[in-house]
Amino acid sequence: MPITVNNKEVDFIENETIKLLLKRMHFTFPMIVVKANGKLIKKNEYSKFIIKNNSKVDVIHLISGG
Amino acid sequence: MNLETNYPDNIKEKLKLACIGIAGLGGLGSNSAASLTRVGIGKLILVDFDKIEKTNLNRQYYFQDQVGKFKTEALQENLLRINPEINLELHKIKLEPGSMSDLFKNADIVIEALDTAEIKAQFIEEVHSILHHIPLIAASGAAGYGNSDTIFTKQLGNLYIVYNPEAPSSDEGLLLAPRVSIMANWEADIAIKIILDGNDANHS
Repeated sequence: MPITVNNKEVDFIENETIKLLLKRMHFTFPMIVVKANGKLIKKNEYSKFIIKNNSKVDVIHLISGG
Repeated sequence: MNLETNYPDNIKEKLKLACIGIAGLGGLGSNSAASLTRVGIGKLILVDFDKIEKTNLNRQYYFQDQVGKFKTEALQENLLRINPEINLELHKIKLEPGSMSDLFKNADIVIEALDTAEIKAQFIEEVHSILHHIPLIAASGAAGYGNSDTIFTKQLGNLYIVYNPEAPSSDEGLLLAPRVSIMANWEADIAIKIILDGNDANHS
């Protein structure tokens, strides 16, 4: 079963953390907001939070200006 | 003189009872606040530590004779000229990590209107985790011009992001009144939708 990242299906990988997923997806923007299954994942949790199978992950990059 | 509107009483009442917090009173925050005041929102919590600079006038809701004033105080003057009855809570402080959500705990809706990506990310992480029950409206991509069709609202539960993924960073692109006002008013429009139609936070 795949996971969904920004509404696109992506292979599920056992024991993958948010940090590893961001690397796999080549999401290199430094300033982002990540939610997994509706829950906001804090920056200091990226290397600990393991993505479960079937998860819906959203990654939004923030651009300066206001 | 009061603000006169021609909408039905139940709409007026909903708008008047609403309290919206705005973090940052630059291009996004000042324009958002002006529109929310014009429609008859009852209360705004306005937070900014900065003074108005001459170069702010190309996009922010201030005037020549206000250069050098604190944004909180100048915006209060301008908003009261639109609706003398609006209730304004001013906070002339810099939002610091660890206490960013404190001023907004009594708001019905919070609008993120800060400038750098770093501070936006910090604010969203902190406010959305602590005040997760309060809808948070943020904006990303306020610099640039043209191709505004790429802007859309990304809704993740109670977090709404007015998102322009094609935009340059303000370090590289221009900050101009049209694009900044579009984003500011898009944020205000989402707030109005939540107040009048309720918060549809089902899909996350």
